[in-house]
Amino acid sequence: MDLIKPFRDPARVDKLLEMIHREATGSYRFMEVCGGHTAAVHKYGIKELFPGNISLISGPGCPVCVSSGSFIDHAIALSRRTDTITASFGDLLRVPGGSKKTLYEAKSRGADIRIVYSINEALNIAKRNRQKRILFPAIGFETTAPGNAAGILEAERNEIRNFLMLSAQKIMPPAMKAVAEGETNINGFVCPGHVSAITGSGIYRFLVDEHGTGCVIAGFEPVDILSSVLMLLRQVNNQRPDVEIQYRRAVKPEGNVLAKNIMNKVFGLSDEWWRGFGIIPGSGLQLKPEYEKFDARRVFPGYTFTEQENEGCICGSILRGLNTPADCPLYVSECTPDHPVGACMVSSEGACNVYYCTGKRVYSE
Amino acid sequence: MCLSIPARIVSVDEDYAVVSFGGNTFRAGVQLLDDVRPGDYVLLHAGFAIQKLDPAEAEETLRLIDEMQDPGNDRQ
Ligand code: SF4
Repeated sequence: MDLIKPFRDPARVDKLLEMIHREATGSYRFMEVCGGHTAAVHKYGIKELFPGNISLISGPGCPVCVSSGSFIDHAIALSRRTDTITASFGDLLRVPGGSKKTLYEAKSRGADIRIVYSINEALNIAKRNRQKRILFPAIGFETTAPGNAAGILEAERNEIRNFLMLSAQKIMPPAMKAVAEGETNINGFVCPGHVSAITGSGIYRFLVDEHGTGCVIAGFEPVDILSSVLMLLRQVNNQRPDVEIQYRRAVKPEGNVLAKNIMNKVFGLSDEWWRGFGIIPGSGLQLKPEYEKFDARRVFPGYTFTEQENEGCICGSILRGLNTPADCPLYVSECTPDHPVGACMVSSEGACNVYYCTGKRVYSE
Repeated sequence: MCLSIPARIVSVDEDYAVVSFGGNTFRAGVQLLDDVRPGDYVLLHAGFAIQKLDPAEAEETLRLIDEMQDPGNDRQ
Protein backbone atom coordinates (compact mmCIF):
# COMPACT_ATOMS: atom_id res chain seq x y z
CA MET A 1 0.00 0.00 0.00
CA ASP A 2 1.14 3.56 -0.73
CA LEU A 3 1.49 5.22 2.67
CA ILE A 4 1.86 8.77 1.37
CA LYS A 5 -0.30 9.47 -1.70
CA PRO A 6 -3.77 8.84 -0.24
CA PHE A 7 -2.87 11.21 2.60
CA ARG A 8 -2.22 13.96 0.04
CA ASP A 9 -5.33 13.30 -2.01
CA PRO A 10 -6.76 16.67 -3.17
CA ALA A 11 -10.37 15.42 -3.05
CA ARG A 12 -9.98 14.41 0.61
CA VAL A 13 -8.30 17.73 1.38
CA ASP A 14 -11.17 19.66 -0.20
CA LYS A 15 -13.85 17.73 1.65
CA LEU A 16 -12.08 18.08 4.99
CA LEU A 17 -11.68 21.81 4.46
CA GLU A 18 -15.34 22.15 3.59
CA MET A 19 -16.29 20.40 6.83
CA ILE A 20 -13.88 22.49 8.86
CA HIS A 21 -15.39 25.68 7.43
CA ARG A 22 -18.90 24.42 8.10
CA GLU A 23 -18.28 23.25 11.65
CA ALA A 24 -16.04 26.08 12.86
CA THR A 25 -18.76 28.08 14.53
CA GLY A 26 -16.77 29.31 17.52
CA SER A 27 -13.27 30.55 18.03
CA TYR A 28 -10.38 28.10 18.23
CA ARG A 29 -6.74 28.31 19.21
CA PHE A 30 -4.88 25.11 18.48
CA MET A 31 -1.16 24.60 18.99
CA GLU A 32 0.87 22.35 16.73
CA VAL A 33 3.51 21.41 19.27
CA CYS A 34 5.96 19.77 16.89
CA GLY A 35 8.22 21.71 14.54
CA GLY A 36 7.66 19.01 11.94
CA HIS A 37 3.98 19.96 11.94
CA THR A 38 4.86 23.67 11.68
CA ALA A 39 6.98 22.88 8.63
CA ALA A 40 4.22 20.74 7.04
CA VAL A 41 1.47 23.28 7.76
CA HIS A 42 3.42 26.00 5.95
CA LYS A 43 4.82 23.81 3.19
CA TYR A 44 1.31 22.78 2.18
CA GLY A 45 -0.16 26.25 2.77
CA ILE A 46 -2.73 24.78 5.16
CA LYS A 47 -2.91 27.78 7.46
CA GLU A 48 -4.15 30.06 4.69
CA LEU A 49 -7.01 27.67 3.95
CA PHE A 50 -8.56 27.83 7.41
CA PRO A 51 -11.37 30.20 8.33
CA GLY A 52 -10.25 33.23 10.35
CA ASN A 53 -11.64 31.89 13.61
CA ILE A 54 -9.13 29.01 13.73
CA SER A 55 -5.63 29.96 14.82
CA LEU A 56 -2.87 27.39 14.48
CA ILE A 57 -0.02 28.41 16.75
CA SER A 58 3.44 26.87 16.66
CA GLY A 59 4.90 25.53 19.86
CA PRO A 60 8.07 24.40 21.62
CA GLY A 61 8.61 21.10 19.76
CA CYS A 62 11.78 22.01 17.87
CA PRO A 63 14.82 20.56 19.64
CA VAL A 64 17.29 22.94 18.03
CA CYS A 65 15.14 25.97 18.92
CA VAL A 66 14.78 25.20 22.61
CA SER A 67 18.42 24.22 23.23
CA SER A 68 20.29 26.60 25.48
CA GLY A 69 23.10 28.97 24.65
CA SER A 70 25.19 27.51 27.46
CA PHE A 71 24.83 24.02 25.95
CA ILE A 72 26.20 25.37 22.66
CA ASP A 73 29.00 27.23 24.48
CA HIS A 74 29.92 24.07 26.37
CA ALA A 75 30.06 22.11 23.09
CA ILE A 76 32.20 24.86 21.50
CA ALA A 77 34.62 24.85 24.44
CA LEU A 78 35.03 21.07 24.28
CA SER A 79 35.31 21.06 20.49
CA ARG A 80 38.36 23.31 20.71
CA ARG A 81 40.34 20.68 22.60
CA THR A 82 42.99 19.18 20.35
CA ASP A 83 42.26 15.68 21.71
CA THR A 84 38.61 15.90 20.64
CA ILE A 85 36.58 15.28 17.50
CA THR A 86 33.04 16.65 17.68
CA ALA A 87 30.42 14.66 15.77
CA SER A 88 27.25 16.76 15.58
CA PHE A 89 23.91 17.00 13.81
CA GLY A 90 24.34 19.70 11.16
CA ASP A 91 21.67 22.06 12.49
CA LEU A 92 23.48 22.54 15.79
CA LEU A 93 26.51 24.04 14.07
CA ARG A 94 24.67 27.24 13.21
CA VAL A 95 22.94 27.90 16.52
CA PRO A 96 24.41 30.95 18.27
CA GLY A 97 25.54 30.17 21.80
CA GLY A 98 25.22 32.55 24.74
CA SER A 99 28.60 33.89 23.63
CA LYS A 100 27.04 34.53 20.17
CA LYS A 101 29.67 32.15 18.76
CA THR A 102 28.74 29.00 16.84
CA LEU A 103 30.24 25.56 16.31
CA TYR A 104 30.71 26.57 12.65
CA GLU A 105 33.01 29.38 13.70
CA ALA A 106 34.95 26.97 15.90
CA LYS A 107 35.20 24.61 12.91
CA SER A 108 36.45 27.37 10.63
CA ARG A 109 39.09 28.16 13.26
CA GLY A 110 40.39 24.63 13.13
CA ALA A 111 38.28 22.60 15.56
CA ASP A 112 37.69 19.07 14.23
CA ILE A 113 33.91 19.12 13.93
CA ARG A 114 32.13 16.65 11.66
CA ILE A 115 28.48 16.49 10.67
CA VAL A 116 26.70 13.20 11.33
CA TYR A 117 23.12 12.06 10.79
CA SER A 118 23.01 9.58 13.65
CA ILE A 119 24.82 8.42 16.74
CA ASN A 120 25.92 5.34 14.76
CA GLU A 121 28.11 7.49 12.52
CA ALA A 122 29.59 9.16 15.60
CA LEU A 123 30.39 5.71 17.02
CA ASN A 124 32.09 4.73 13.78
CA ILE A 125 34.27 7.85 13.99
CA ALA A 126 35.12 6.81 17.56
CA LYS A 127 36.12 3.31 16.44
CA ARG A 128 38.39 4.68 13.73
CA ASN A 129 40.02 7.31 15.97
CA ARG A 130 40.81 5.54 19.22
CA GLN A 131 43.46 8.10 20.18
CA LYS A 132 40.86 10.91 20.24
CA ARG A 133 37.77 11.59 22.30
CA ILE A 134 34.58 11.79 20.27
CA LEU A 135 32.06 14.31 21.53
CA PHE A 136 28.44 13.78 20.47
CA PRO A 137 26.18 16.72 21.45
CA ALA A 138 22.79 15.03 21.83
CA ILE A 139 19.57 16.94 21.38
CA GLY A 140 16.10 15.71 20.57
CA PHE A 141 12.93 14.51 22.23
CA GLU A 142 11.49 11.04 22.86
CA THR A 143 11.75 10.39 19.11
CA THR A 144 15.54 10.63 19.10
CA ALA A 145 16.49 9.57 22.63
CA PRO A 146 15.87 5.80 22.21
CA GLY A 147 18.30 5.62 19.28
CA ASN A 148 20.84 7.62 21.28
CA ALA A 149 20.34 5.18 24.14
CA ALA A 150 20.89 2.22 21.80
CA GLY A 151 24.13 3.93 20.72
CA ILE A 152 25.32 4.18 24.34
CA LEU A 153 24.53 0.50 24.87
CA GLU A 154 26.56 -0.31 21.78
CA ALA A 155 29.47 1.81 23.06
CA GLU A 156 29.30 -0.13 26.32
CA ARG A 157 29.10 -3.53 24.62
CA ASN A 158 31.91 -2.84 22.16
CA GLU A 159 34.02 -1.01 24.75
CA ILE A 160 34.18 2.22 22.76
CA ARG A 161 35.70 4.11 25.68
CA ASN A 162 36.59 7.28 23.80
CA PHE A 163 32.94 8.22 23.22
CA LEU A 164 31.31 11.08 25.14
CA MET A 165 27.74 12.32 24.97
CA LEU A 166 26.84 15.91 25.89
CA SER A 167 23.12 15.60 26.46
CA ALA A 168 20.51 18.33 26.24
CA GLN A 169 17.78 15.86 25.33
CA LYS A 170 14.28 16.66 26.52
CA ILE A 171 10.84 15.16 26.94
CA MET A 172 7.67 16.81 25.68
CA PRO A 173 4.95 16.56 28.38
CA PRO A 174 6.47 19.03 30.92
CA ALA A 175 6.77 21.70 28.21
CA MET A 176 3.16 21.11 27.12
CA LYS A 177 2.13 21.45 30.75
CA ALA A 178 3.98 24.78 30.88
CA VAL A 179 2.09 25.90 27.77
CA ALA A 180 -1.25 24.76 29.22
CA GLU A 181 -0.53 26.70 32.42
CA GLY A 182 0.75 29.77 30.57
CA GLU A 183 -1.09 32.70 29.05
CA THR A 184 -1.39 31.26 25.55
CA ASN A 185 -5.00 30.03 25.99
CA ILE A 186 -4.87 26.93 23.88
CA ASN A 187 -8.03 24.89 23.44
CA GLY A 188 -6.45 21.96 21.71
CA PHE A 189 -3.07 20.40 20.99
CA VAL A 190 -2.06 18.85 17.68
CA CYS A 191 0.29 16.40 19.38
CA PRO A 192 3.68 15.36 17.99
CA GLY A 193 3.28 12.18 15.95
CA HIS A 194 6.81 10.83 16.11
CA VAL A 195 7.28 11.49 19.82
CA SER A 196 4.02 9.60 20.29
CA ALA A 197 5.17 6.69 18.09
CA ILE A 198 7.60 6.01 20.95
CA THR A 199 5.66 7.16 24.02
CA GLY A 200 2.11 6.17 23.11
CA SER A 201 -0.91 8.33 23.90
CA GLY A 202 -1.02 8.10 27.71
CA ILE A 203 1.46 10.94 28.26
CA TYR A 204 -1.17 13.49 27.19
CA ARG A 205 -3.98 12.29 29.48
CA PHE A 206 -3.16 14.89 32.19
CA LEU A 207 -3.79 17.69 29.69
CA VAL A 208 -7.39 16.51 29.36
CA ASP A 209 -7.91 15.61 33.03
CA GLU A 210 -6.17 18.59 34.65
CA HIS A 211 -6.45 21.30 32.02
CA GLY A 212 -9.50 20.31 29.97
CA THR A 213 -7.43 20.65 26.79
CA GLY A 214 -8.07 18.20 23.97
CA CYS A 215 -5.24 16.32 22.26
CA VAL A 216 -5.09 14.70 18.83
CA ILE A 217 -1.93 12.84 17.81
CA ALA A 218 -1.45 13.75 14.17
CA GLY A 219 0.45 12.50 11.15
CA PHE A 220 2.36 14.85 8.88
CA GLU A 221 0.55 14.75 5.54
CA PRO A 222 -2.13 17.33 4.64
CA VAL A 223 -5.02 14.89 5.12
CA ASP A 224 -3.58 13.90 8.52
CA ILE A 225 -3.30 17.49 9.71
CA LEU A 226 -6.72 18.57 8.42
CA SER A 227 -8.52 15.58 9.88
CA SER A 228 -6.74 16.13 13.20
CA VAL A 229 -7.86 19.76 13.28
CA LEU A 230 -11.40 18.63 12.49
CA MET A 231 -11.23 16.11 15.36
CA LEU A 232 -10.06 18.85 17.76
CA LEU A 233 -12.75 21.18 16.51
CA ARG A 234 -15.41 18.59 17.27
CA GLN A 235 -13.94 17.98 20.72
CA VAL A 236 -14.31 21.70 21.46
CA ASN A 237 -17.80 21.96 19.91
CA ASN A 238 -19.02 18.94 21.86
CA GLN A 239 -17.20 20.08 25.02
CA ARG A 240 -15.66 16.64 25.18
CA PRO A 241 -11.88 17.00 25.36
CA ASP A 242 -10.07 13.68 24.91
CA VAL A 243 -6.82 12.11 23.73
CA GLU A 244 -7.37 10.77 20.22
CA ILE A 245 -4.95 9.14 17.80
CA GLN A 246 -5.35 10.22 14.20
CA TYR A 247 -1.91 8.88 13.18
CA ARG A 248 -2.88 5.27 13.77
CA ARG A 249 -0.52 3.79 11.23
CA ALA A 250 2.46 4.81 13.41
CA VAL A 251 1.09 5.37 16.91
CA LYS A 252 -0.23 2.67 19.18
CA PRO A 253 -1.78 3.58 22.55
CA GLU A 254 1.15 1.92 24.32
CA GLY A 255 3.80 3.29 21.93
CA ASN A 256 7.01 1.37 21.28
CA VAL A 257 7.58 -0.44 24.57
CA LEU A 258 11.00 -1.84 23.65
CA ALA A 259 12.27 1.62 22.64
CA LYS A 260 10.90 3.14 25.88
CA ASN A 261 12.67 0.45 27.92
CA ILE A 262 15.98 1.10 26.17
CA MET A 263 15.59 4.86 26.69
CA ASN A 264 14.74 4.42 30.39
CA LYS A 265 17.61 2.01 30.93
CA VAL A 266 20.17 4.56 29.80
CA PHE A 267 18.64 7.95 30.64
CA GLY A 268 17.10 9.40 33.78
CA LEU A 269 15.10 12.59 34.21
CA SER A 270 16.82 15.89 34.98
CA ASP A 271 15.92 19.55 35.15
CA GLU A 272 16.46 21.16 31.79
CA TRP A 273 16.42 24.69 30.40
CA TRP A 274 14.07 25.49 27.50
CA ARG A 275 14.20 28.69 25.47
CA GLY A 276 11.08 30.69 26.35
CA PHE A 277 10.33 28.70 29.49
CA GLY A 278 13.53 28.63 31.55
CA ILE A 279 14.25 25.61 33.69
CA ILE A 280 11.45 23.04 33.62
CA PRO A 281 11.83 20.43 36.39
CA GLY A 282 12.06 16.82 35.23
CA SER A 283 12.03 17.74 31.54
CA GLY A 284 15.53 16.62 30.56
CA LEU A 285 17.21 13.28 29.85
CA GLN A 286 20.72 12.70 31.19
CA LEU A 287 22.85 9.55 31.31
CA LYS A 288 22.24 7.43 34.38
CA PRO A 289 25.19 6.98 36.79
CA GLU A 290 25.88 3.49 35.37
CA TYR A 291 26.85 5.15 32.09
CA GLU A 292 28.65 8.17 33.50
CA LYS A 293 31.90 7.27 31.76
CA PHE A 294 30.16 8.37 28.55
CA ASP A 295 28.82 11.58 30.10
CA ALA A 296 30.63 14.71 28.91
CA ARG A 297 28.98 16.75 31.67
CA ARG A 298 30.68 14.60 34.30
CA VAL A 299 34.00 14.21 32.54
CA PHE A 300 34.12 17.92 31.71
CA PRO A 301 31.92 19.76 34.19
CA GLY A 302 31.31 23.47 34.00
CA TYR A 303 27.82 23.48 32.63
CA THR A 304 25.54 26.13 34.07
CA PHE A 305 22.24 27.53 32.93
CA THR A 306 23.32 31.13 32.60
CA GLU A 307 21.17 32.26 29.77
CA GLN A 308 21.33 35.45 27.87
CA GLU A 309 19.25 35.80 24.74
CA ASN A 310 20.54 37.68 21.76
CA GLU A 311 19.19 41.19 21.97
CA GLY A 312 15.92 41.76 20.16
CA CYS A 313 15.30 38.05 19.45
CA ILE A 314 11.80 37.01 20.55
CA CYS A 315 12.31 33.32 19.79
CA GLY A 316 11.33 32.50 23.40
CA SER A 317 7.85 33.97 23.18
CA ILE A 318 7.34 32.42 19.74
CA LEU A 319 8.08 29.01 21.29
CA ARG A 320 5.48 29.73 24.00
CA GLY A 321 2.90 30.55 21.34
CA LEU A 322 2.64 34.24 22.26
CA ASN A 323 4.12 35.74 19.10
CA THR A 324 4.79 34.88 15.48
CA PRO A 325 8.04 35.58 13.60
CA ALA A 326 6.39 38.58 11.94
CA ASP A 327 6.32 40.28 15.35
CA CYS A 328 10.12 40.21 15.56
CA PRO A 329 11.84 43.44 14.48
CA LEU A 330 14.90 41.47 13.35
CA TYR A 331 12.95 39.01 11.18
CA VAL A 332 14.24 39.31 7.58
CA SER A 333 15.92 42.67 8.32
CA GLU A 334 18.81 41.24 10.30
CA CYS A 335 17.91 37.61 10.89
CA THR A 336 17.83 35.20 7.94
CA PRO A 337 18.68 31.52 7.51
CA ASP A 338 22.12 32.59 6.22
CA HIS A 339 22.71 34.80 9.25
CA PRO A 340 20.51 33.49 12.05
CA VAL A 341 20.37 35.72 15.12
CA GLY A 342 18.29 33.23 17.09
CA ALA A 343 17.84 29.47 17.16
CA CYS A 344 14.33 29.57 15.62
CA MET A 345 15.86 30.74 12.31
CA VAL A 346 18.31 27.81 12.15
CA SER A 347 16.40 24.57 12.03
CA SER A 348 14.10 23.69 9.16
CA GLU A 349 11.52 23.05 11.90
CA GLY A 350 12.01 26.41 13.61
CA ALA A 351 9.08 28.79 13.14
CA CYS A 352 11.21 31.69 11.85
CA ASN A 353 13.03 29.48 9.36
CA VAL A 354 9.76 27.91 8.18
CA TYR A 355 8.13 31.34 7.70
CA TYR A 356 11.14 32.62 5.83
CA CYS A 357 11.55 29.58 3.61
CA THR A 358 7.87 29.41 2.69
CA GLY A 359 7.97 32.98 1.47
CA LYS A 360 6.36 34.83 4.35
CA ARG A 361 8.92 37.58 4.19
CA VAL A 362 6.46 40.32 5.14
CA TYR A 363 3.87 38.12 6.72
CA SER A 364 1.50 39.55 9.25
CA GLU A 365 -1.44 37.81 10.83
CA MET B 1 15.62 17.05 13.47
CA CYS B 2 12.43 15.21 14.27
CA LEU B 3 11.87 14.42 10.64
CA SER B 4 11.04 10.77 10.22
CA ILE B 5 10.43 9.11 6.88
CA PRO B 6 8.57 5.95 5.90
CA ALA B 7 10.94 3.29 4.55
CA ARG B 8 10.78 -0.39 3.67
CA ILE B 9 12.98 -3.12 5.11
CA VAL B 10 15.02 -4.90 2.42
CA SER B 11 17.10 -7.22 4.58
CA VAL B 12 17.91 -7.65 8.25
CA ASP B 13 21.22 -8.59 9.85
CA GLU B 14 20.89 -8.68 13.65
CA ASP B 15 20.92 -5.07 14.94
CA TYR B 16 20.98 -3.48 11.50
CA ALA B 17 18.83 -3.54 8.41
CA VAL B 18 19.05 -2.31 4.86
CA VAL B 19 16.03 -0.09 4.24
CA SER B 20 14.85 1.54 1.05
CA PHE B 21 13.22 4.89 0.60
CA GLY B 22 12.54 6.74 -2.65
CA GLY B 23 14.84 4.46 -4.63
CA ASN B 24 17.77 4.83 -2.22
CA THR B 25 18.95 2.35 0.35
CA PHE B 26 20.29 3.10 3.81
CA ARG B 27 21.66 1.10 6.72
CA ALA B 28 19.55 1.63 9.81
CA GLY B 29 19.60 0.36 13.38
CA VAL B 30 16.66 -1.90 14.22
CA GLN B 31 17.51 -2.40 17.91
CA LEU B 32 14.35 -0.51 18.87
CA LEU B 33 11.99 -2.96 17.17
CA ASP B 34 11.07 -6.57 17.82
CA ASP B 35 10.81 -8.87 14.90
CA VAL B 36 11.34 -6.77 11.78
CA ARG B 37 11.18 -8.58 8.48
CA PRO B 38 11.89 -7.77 4.86
CA GLY B 39 8.86 -6.04 3.39
CA ASP B 40 7.85 -4.30 6.63
CA TYR B 41 7.31 -0.56 6.53
CA VAL B 42 9.11 1.39 9.25
CA LEU B 43 9.56 5.01 10.33
CA LEU B 44 13.17 6.00 9.93
CA HIS B 45 14.59 8.65 12.27
CA ALA B 46 18.23 9.69 12.81
CA GLY B 47 19.58 6.33 11.68
CA PHE B 48 17.08 4.11 13.49
CA ALA B 49 13.81 2.44 12.62
CA ILE B 50 11.70 3.80 15.49
CA GLN B 51 8.37 2.13 14.81
CA LYS B 52 6.65 -0.14 12.33
CA LEU B 53 4.06 1.42 10.05
CA ASP B 54 0.87 -0.57 9.81
CA PRO B 55 -0.76 -0.48 6.34
CA ALA B 56 -4.01 -1.94 7.74
CA GLU B 57 -4.24 0.96 10.20
CA ALA B 58 -3.51 3.41 7.36
CA GLU B 59 -6.48 1.99 5.47
CA GLU B 60 -8.62 2.14 8.58
CA THR B 61 -7.67 5.82 9.07
CA LEU B 62 -8.66 6.60 5.48
CA ARG B 63 -11.94 4.76 5.97
CA LEU B 64 -12.67 6.75 9.14
CA ILE B 65 -11.82 10.00 7.36
CA ASP B 66 -14.00 9.12 4.40
CA GLU B 67 -16.83 8.26 6.76
CA MET B 68 -16.40 11.57 8.53
CA GLN B 69 -17.18 13.09 5.19
CA ASP B 70 -20.47 11.26 4.83
CA PRO B 71 -23.13 13.92 5.47
CA GLY B 72 -25.31 13.04 8.41
CA ASN B 73 -22.59 10.84 9.80
CA ASP B 74 -20.25 13.61 10.86
CA ARG B 75 -21.74 14.19 14.32
CA GLN B 76 -22.64 11.55 16.78
S1 SF4 C 1 13.51 36.21 13.43
FE1 SF4 C 1 15.53 35.69 14.30
S2 SF4 C 1 15.83 37.21 15.90
FE2 SF4 C 1 13.64 37.22 15.41
S3 SF4 C 1 12.70 35.75 16.83
FE3 SF4 C 1 13.21 34.62 14.98
S4 SF4 C 1 15.23 33.78 15.40
FE4 SF4 C 1 14.93 35.42 16.89
